[in-house]
Formats: sequence, C-alpha cells, structure tokens
Amino acid sequence: MVEETVKRELVVPGDLLDAPGLKPGVGTFSEGGKIYAAMLGIRTERAGYINIVPLGGRYIPRPGDAVIGKIVDIGPSHWLLEINSPYPAPLHTNEVPWRVEYGDTARYLDVEDVCLIKVLSVDETKRVQLTMKEHGLRKLSGGQIVEISHSKVPRVIGKKGSMISLIKGFTKCRMFVGQNGRIWIDGEVDDIINAIQAIKKIEDEAQVLGLTESVASMLEEIYGPSRVE
Amino acid sequence: MELEKPLLDENKRRIDGRAVDELRPIRIEAGVLKRADGSAYLEWGENKVLAAVYGPREAHPRHRQDPAKALVQCRYNMAAFSVSDRKRPGPDRRSVEISKVISDAFSFVVFKEQFPRTSVDVFIEILQAEAGTRCAGLTAAAVALADAGIPMRDLVVSCATGKADGELILDPGKEEDNLGQADLPVAVVPRTEDIVLMQMDGHFTPEEFRKALRMSIDACKVIYEIQKDALRTKYAVTTEEPVEVQETIDTQIKEE
Repeated sequence: MVEETVKRELVVPGDLLDAPGLKPGVGTFSEGGKIYAAMLGIRTERAGYINIVPLGGRYIPRPGDAVIGKIVDIGPSHWLLEINSPYPAPLHTNEVPWRVEYGDTARYLDVEDVCLIKVLSVDETKRVQLTMKEHGLRKLSGGQIVEISHSKVPRVIGKKGSMISLIKGFTKCRMFVGQNGRIWIDGEVDDIINAIQAIKKIEDEAQVLGLTESVASMLEEIYGPSRVE
Repeated sequence: MELEKPLLDENKRRIDGRAVDELRPIRIEAGVLKRADGSAYLEWGENKVLAAVYGPREAHPRHRQDPAKALVQCRYNMAAFSVSDRKRPGPDRRSVEISKVISDAFSFVVFKEQFPRTSVDVFIEILQAEAGTRCAGLTAAAVALADAGIPMRDLVVSCATGKADGELILDPGKEEDNLGQADLPVAVVPRTEDIVLMQMDGHFTPEEFRKALRMSIDACKVIYEIQKDALRTKYAVTTEEPVEVQETIDTQIKEE
C-alpha cells in the first residue's frame, strides 16, 4: 500500500485541482488540459493520480467489495439481493457453496435472509453479480444490523482495523463491517447496544481528530479499563 | 395594481433601498435534512426554499430507465402558504414548466453516464415566495446535489435581471417583478459561463438584453461563492486521512 500524502483539502464540484504532472483519478475530470473536482470530498494524491475521496453519496458496488445484503426475491436459479446501492444484485446458484437443484433455491436462502457476500463483477452498465463462494462468506443469522453512510466505513474500521478491534475488544461482540455501510453485530444484548452507540458516535464525529481515543474513553467508562486488550 | 411611488427614485435607489446592481441578502445552509441523500436550505431576500436530493437510485417506472445514463428528475413545488393568496396545491402549468427547465439545467452538469439505469431526484419546495423563486430553487438544489455526493462538472447558479422604469435592475423583488417591464432569469455554469437556463418575460432591446445577461452572469459568480461557502462550512473540520479499507475488510472475513 502506497502511503497517502498528508495534504488534506476539502473540494467542491468544479474546483480546479492544481496538479502538475498528476493524472485525473476517481472523482475528478479533465477539461482543456486541467483537472477539476467532480464531487464534494477530500483531495488525495497517490501513485501519480489525483483522487477525490467522497464525503457522501450512495454506495456504488465495485468488484471485490465485501457487503451485507438482504434477499428480496428468489428465482429458480438465483436470489436477488438488496445491497444498499441503486442496483439490484443477483446471486446465482453457481456462486454459492452448495449444490442447488433448479427451482430449489428457497431451501437454502429465503426472502428476508441476510448474507455476507462479495461483489464478483460489475459490468459497464453496472450489472452486478455476487458470489458466496469465498471462505468466510455465509448467511448471517442472529445479531443485529446497523446502517451507516458507506463513506464512513473507513472511519469505523480505522487504520489497520484499530477502531473495529477496539470495539470488538471491549464489547466482546462479533462484528462485521460491509463496504456498503451495513454493520452486523452479534453478542450479548447490552454489549450490542454499547457497540451501536460507539458506531453512532463514530458516524456523528467522523471528521473529528483523535476519534479512536474518544471512542476508547467512552467504552472505558462503560466497561472499565480492564477489558482493553 | 398601481404603486404610489416609482420603482426607482431620483438617486436610482430601488423601493427596498437597493442599488440597481445590488442583490438581496442570500444565506445558504447545506445538509439540513437527515433522511434525504443531500439537502440545502436557502433564504434569498424573503424567499425561503428547501431542496432535497435522492439518488442515484433505481429509476421508476422501469421503462423510463436509460441503459446508458442516469435520469435527472426535478420537482418544483410551491407550498400552499408560500404566497399571500393561498396557492392551490399540486402541480400546475407554471410549476411543471419550471420543473422541466431546472431538470434540463442539471442534466447538463451531472455526470449521468456514471450511473446507468438510475435516476437522481431533486425536490424543490418553495416555502415562502418573493419573486425569483426559480432562481432561488435552482441555486439551493445545486448545493443539495453537491451535498448528496453527485458527481458534477460544476455547481449551477442562477440569478435574474429585470427592467423597471426603463432601467436594468439586478435580482428584481416582488414589486419590481410585478410592475417592471421585463425579467430575464438565467442559470449558468460559473466556471465556463455555459448558460443552462434562460427565460425571458417582457421586452428588452438587444443592447439591454446583452447587458442584462452580463449582469446576471456576474451576479451568479458572487452567489457561486456563497454556495461553496455553505458546503465548506458543513464539512469544515474534515482533517483525518482516509484509510485504505480493502485489506482490513478481507482480514475481517478471515478472522470470522
């Protein structure tokens, strides 16, 4: 992973990005040889490209994303999942770890079931395909789902997973953060409530510096310092 | 309707005390609604406008979807209590037209091809009206679109120029709009000065028209800064670096 530069600059659509020698990347466009910001976000530079990290917006699936989806419809050879994006996402029977007979889909996964899945492919017209064939992908049973803005997922995870392991360490909950902004939490009821509280705090204060420390002190107040790992 | 005093006095001051090239005070706040993907509230003189943006989301009805690009749909609506005589609620000829011209204006700047088969829905609610609501609505909606994280070439800004007592006046107020001789609302992409909306009511001479257009565009650039400030204020304290999440998400699965 290439280190990102330290320069943080908030840009709005149409802002001229002064970038000598850099190529237009995600969230930018070039016009007349100059690069402009296409969306509201933070300007970043890496590997010769200038990118805008968005501060909002809907989740747009990308291949390889691990997401949490809810089954909304069943066909004879596929399930249709809602993954918090503008596009419905089918999961074909070839992409599940079981051998499913034609028309027998409902025996394995039913409407309203929630799954941990990966985006297999997204074509140019944004047709999405999902897969459950990788290790660790499965149907989620028990627990709770909380939804946050997908742009705040990096904050909930933290640098090298520091934030998420902090919350897991204190609450002893099993958690999974999907890239579409859905978070699955399972554990004791009180612990789940505390974990949700911590996540809401992160969502509300996503821009604040030293967030990991303030979340740590919030959880310490509840559990005492002994639970730190 | 007859006004007792003229629209312009001997010092070319307008009835509300403004100079001929002076805007009414404008205030914009971004991100005021929680449920919408993006929103903005704007006060422009006595105009009060709320704009909300949803999307990109699956376009309905399905046959309206475009497999190559997103639809930009706009609904301009005046609240029943927005004017002094109660406005009969619901779409009428005027608001259908304004909705259409505003959606066309935004269609020009939004990168529609990034979101095939979806629609971006813009809702503009006029809570209180005092002339120039289409400009106010469009200006607010542009901020709401940016707040929703929709990729765009630039924000869109709008401002009108009118004519009263034979004199060009920027941003006509209520009396000037009702009793003036002409009105020219214009929406532009400030960076390139592309005109994305232009309507005219009344009569201008060709020279007056050119001058009025110039006045509107220059005023738009002033309002553009107010729009950008509104967005910057909302997201001011964003300082920490974004983190690369892909690897961590994958390790999450392995841990499970």
